[in-house]
Amino acid sequence: MTTTQAAARTTGRIGDNAQRPDGTLKVTGEFAYASDLWHDDMVWGVTLRSPHPHARIRRIDVTEALTVPGVSAVLTADDVPGENAFGLEHADQPVLAGEFVRYEGEPVALVAADHPETARRAAGRIRVDYEVLPALTDARRALDDDAPQVHPGGNLVRHLRLRRGDPAPTAPVVVSLDFEVGMQDQAFLGPESGLAVPAEDGGVDLYVATQWLHVDQRQVCLALGMPPEKVRLTLAGVGGAFGGREDLSVHVHACLLALRTGRPVKMSYGREESFYGHVHRHPATMTYEFGAERDGTLVYARAHVLLDGGAYASSTAAVVGNAGLLGLGPYRFPSVAVDAFGVFTHNPPCGAMRGFGCVQAAFAHEALMDELAAAVGVDPVEIRRRNGVQEGDRTITGQVIDSAAPVAELLQRVADLPLPPPLPGHPDLRDLPGAVGNTTHGEGVRRGVGYSVTYKNVGFSEGFDDYSTARVRLQVTGGEAVATVHTAAAEVGQGLVTVQQQIARTELGVERVVVVPADTAVGSAGSTSASRQTYVTGGAVKAACEAVRTAVLQRAAVALGRPVAGLALDGDKVLGAGGEVLAGLADVLGDDAVEETVEWRHRPTHAVDPETGQGDAHVQFAFSAHRAVVDVDVELGLVKVVALDTAQDVGKAINPDAVVGQIHGGSAQGMGLALMEEVVVTDGHVRNPSFTDYLLPTILDVPPMQVQVLEYADPHAPYGVRGVGEPPTISSGPAVAAAVRAACGKPLRRVPIRPEHVTGTQPTAIPPRSDRP
Amino acid sequence: MDFLQPSSWDDALAVRAERPDALPIAGGTDVMVELNFDRRRPGALLDLTRIPELREWSVADEVVRLGAGVPYARVITELGNRLPGLAMAARTVGSPQIRVRGTVGGNLGSASPAGDAHPPLLAAGAEVEVASAARGTRRIPVAEFFTGVKRNALEPDELIAAVHVRTARGPQQFCKVGTRNAMVISVSAFALALHPDRQAVGTGIGSAAPTPRRAAEAEEFLAGELDWATRGPLPEGLARAFGERVAAAAAPIDDVRGTAAYRRHSLTVLARRAVTWAWDDLRRAA
Ligand SMILES: Cc1cc2nc3c(=O)[nH]c(=O)nc-3n(C[C@H](O)[C@H](O)[C@H](O)COP(=O)(O)OP(=O)(O)OC[C@H]3O[C@@H](n4cnc5c(N)ncnc54)[C@H](O)[C@@H]3O)c2cc1C
Repeated sequence: MTTTQAAARTTGRIGDNAQRPDGTLKVTGEFAYASDLWHDDMVWGVTLRSPHPHARIRRIDVTEALTVPGVSAVLTADDVPGENAFGLEHADQPVLAGEFVRYEGEPVALVAADHPETARRAAGRIRVDYEVLPALTDARRALDDDAPQVHPGGNLVRHLRLRRGDPAPTAPVVVSLDFEVGMQDQAFLGPESGLAVPAEDGGVDLYVATQWLHVDQRQVCLALGMPPEKVRLTLAGVGGAFGGREDLSVHVHACLLALRTGRPVKMSYGREESFYGHVHRHPATMTYEFGAERDGTLVYARAHVLLDGGAYASSTAAVVGNAGLLGLGPYRFPSVAVDAFGVFTHNPPCGAMRGFGCVQAAFAHEALMDELAAAVGVDPVEIRRRNGVQEGDRTITGQVIDSAAPVAELLQRVADLPLPPPLPGHPDLRDLPGAVGNTTHGEGVRRGVGYSVTYKNVGFSEGFDDYSTARVRLQVTGGEAVATVHTAAAEVGQGLVTVQQQIARTELGVERVVVVPADTAVGSAGSTSASRQTYVTGGAVKAACEAVRTAVLQRAAVALGRPVAGLALDGDKVLGAGGEVLAGLADVLGDDAVEETVEWRHRPTHAVDPETGQGDAHVQFAFSAHRAVVDVDVELGLVKVVALDTAQDVGKAINPDAVVGQIHGGSAQGMGLALMEEVVVTDGHVRNPSFTDYLLPTILDVPPMQVQVLEYADPHAPYGVRGVGEPPTISSGPAVAAAVRAACGKPLRRVPIRPEHVTGTQPTAIPPRSDRP
Repeated sequence: MDFLQPSSWDDALAVRAERPDALPIAGGTDVMVELNFDRRRPGALLDLTRIPELREWSVADEVVRLGAGVPYARVITELGNRLPGLAMAARTVGSPQIRVRGTVGGNLGSASPAGDAHPPLLAAGAEVEVASAARGTRRIPVAEFFTGVKRNALEPDELIAAVHVRTARGPQQFCKVGTRNAMVISVSAFALALHPDRQAVGTGIGSAAPTPRRAAEAEEFLAGELDWATRGPLPEGLARAFGERVAAAAAPIDDVRGTAAYRRHSLTVLARRAVTWAWDDLRRAA
């Protein structure tokens, strides 16, 4: 639709609930996900993986696999032409295992065949002669002298040391606890998939579902031994990510097979393989101690955080950074001693997942805040309000918080929301713990309420050069102005494409905005992670639009013989200072296109001091609070979350519906970790690689949510935006855990909380992991 | 892989005898999972969905003959009054999609210790009707049908025709523990049927032993202790003692879904609550 009057504002600008272009396609099943990629003539690639958490590969015999009719290639480590290594922060992970396998599921060989089933059968005929080696599967043992070494450099990935204030603080009230967080999976619904097409120039075009095309490209180039011009990536339809697509999966493998066979190669994991095909959230073991005045005012904190990084570095170092630098929650602490460790083990590699280190720590600091509240006799909301940071306060790294930090207000808002009514006398089974399982009609059911408030850094921290690139073009086609936005930013389902359209409409005053597929033909956009894309790629699109607008208005000024000041663009027209139409865009541009490319950076961040962890490490903080109401059948340990209400400051809601969607989803994901989501790993083996036994909340588990969205603009961010995606995942789980504790009166120092923990029926036959050799 | 689609029961039995490599498929909600995960590679599938009599149920002499191919969704809507325990169990199976496809016959065919149809069939004292082309029909008491983990008493040339379940004469309950509130495989399950006409009690335990099983000793104990004549209030201690006896009949293991200790504990709770509800129902009915 073209507006005919200059005054008529186009719809779908920032602040509007613009329709997402992929929405209808997704709900009708027409959207092409990466698993739908197809090419005539393509063959299928499959991966043979290690059954052992730690072993030496003595020999691989592929002879029999090669004889299977339909097989076109079988590749092992020897066939990697470049460096047999990849990794987000350190290239320490083999593309295909060389001498050692270091976790169950590590890729060992690849097969391409004309049918996936043929490829799988052939993979079954590859003979790998393993010498099984002792595995280090208890992270608490990783730094012991006699622990098996996962890599030659030792088992420490990173130790973050943070010291502030009095080195030997004392306080009249001291509370402490140990806490353990299990391994959560991103559980995105669209498993890893990609299609590699060999190109005439000897290079390869890779279509893949991912979070950061350029960081993938860098790693693929390294492994293929090819320059970036020859390795071109295009984003394929992404079915969720949550951090699980930051590391490579099929990328190099598909390219290797394509280059070897000269045929397009498709690789697509099933659900079970997906559990082995991406990193998980780090399991954590934590010890926390808070000292406070008798009125609950915090005096000091001591914390020891241990994250199990699994077999390869992935993003463990950065996760450790977050768990340490943000790991005490959004509170004022005069004195602090934090030690956060990330270690190698022979468990599945762990890396990025929504909330990135803050999630694990939040369970500990929020449980301890409740302990403190009980110890000094104030309620959980009050203890947090009293200690919560405000704008102008310093964080535990000494950084001044220079935009809104509404901790007290967020808490007050969730506390003021109406509570759900009590259970009626004869409740519907579906409203009870256990639901139609018919395990209670109300017997044993106690209600509990829990609160939590947390914060998260937005964007990349600790001095990382965090930027995004946007190319924007404006031209008139068929009488209508069209803005084209090109970035390499990954739309993973969060609605970034819509945000880009909204920004371009706002800045250029046009209705039609085409966001072209993300690929490496334009500069890096950085990762779709750290709640950063609306901020950073949004910032880049805004800046590129402004550059285009300036260029167009300059042309108009020349053509109209007027000063450029006072001219504006709207409704496909050039307007004067009073809003009067001076010219149509078509008159100014003719057949020309105006195009600008901008690389945009947020304010720099800084590395922290290695001894004290002090420094301005972060560009922005995002705050959220949750209140959970649960009914617990205390005899059976079953939980029904009755309400999960939240308040979050988003700075500016570019697309309010999308913001609320992020908050709903993030809250459910945090709740899932509190109650059921865990990759159970025993002796290095994943025991539940399926949705049969890795339980995600269903619609009967996720309660109604009252969501309060606050918009305190961050003056340093484009439009005042604040990252939205991660905060709800961080604060929801601890609130749920607190509510369960309140209902059953048990300390519950581990999540996911299982019925066994509530009822005291943990296993007796199997000793806890730490007691085993 | 061949796809065999007999349209009559006799043809189905004939194919079953001729093609020992053919795997029967009803709703396919277990079979397709096995095929997808490459746990089975049968030479053929024997599709039973074209056989009308498998999808029917009838009542004679107060006994329901439930065709093996009747899906859970119909058990819930059509048999809730006659077979309340089985209908309650059916309601807990999977998701709506699974309940539309999945069948009681398929549950028996898989004979999983976690199969939700099994405890109420045990509690009701059901019989499984099986047939072969060579030897005709025989009936197997359901308690003898489960022979091991995911194993049943079917001979290789036999198919399950139906289950025979007495129409409920008294209250029935089915309780299933899972670690989420829908779409979950049971961690433990318990079914109870009171048979006031015979002053007897039936039980069934799920997911807490290598096979679904009865708690026979608990049944006898409760039947002997209950005040059938005057139907006075249920003593709390009796409910508890029953719960403990039910748990004692279980032989659970620790696995990824739950611990043995929890399974046992949960059975004490489920059995205590189930008998309390059932007895209250019986008193109210009087
Ligand atoms: C997502 C999901 C959720 C589930 N949730 C539950 C649950 O909550 N509770 C539960 O108990 N089960 C559950 N199941 C398992 C399954 O749905 C049930 O076991 C169901 O009863 C199987 O019935 P079907 O008709 O689909 O059997 P099919 O898959 O067709 O067959 C199952 C087995 O029985 C055999 N068979 C079928 N009919 C006959 C016959 N007439 N004679 C001889 N053999 C026969 C088959 O050869 C096969 O071995 C779930 C499955 C899925 C996929």
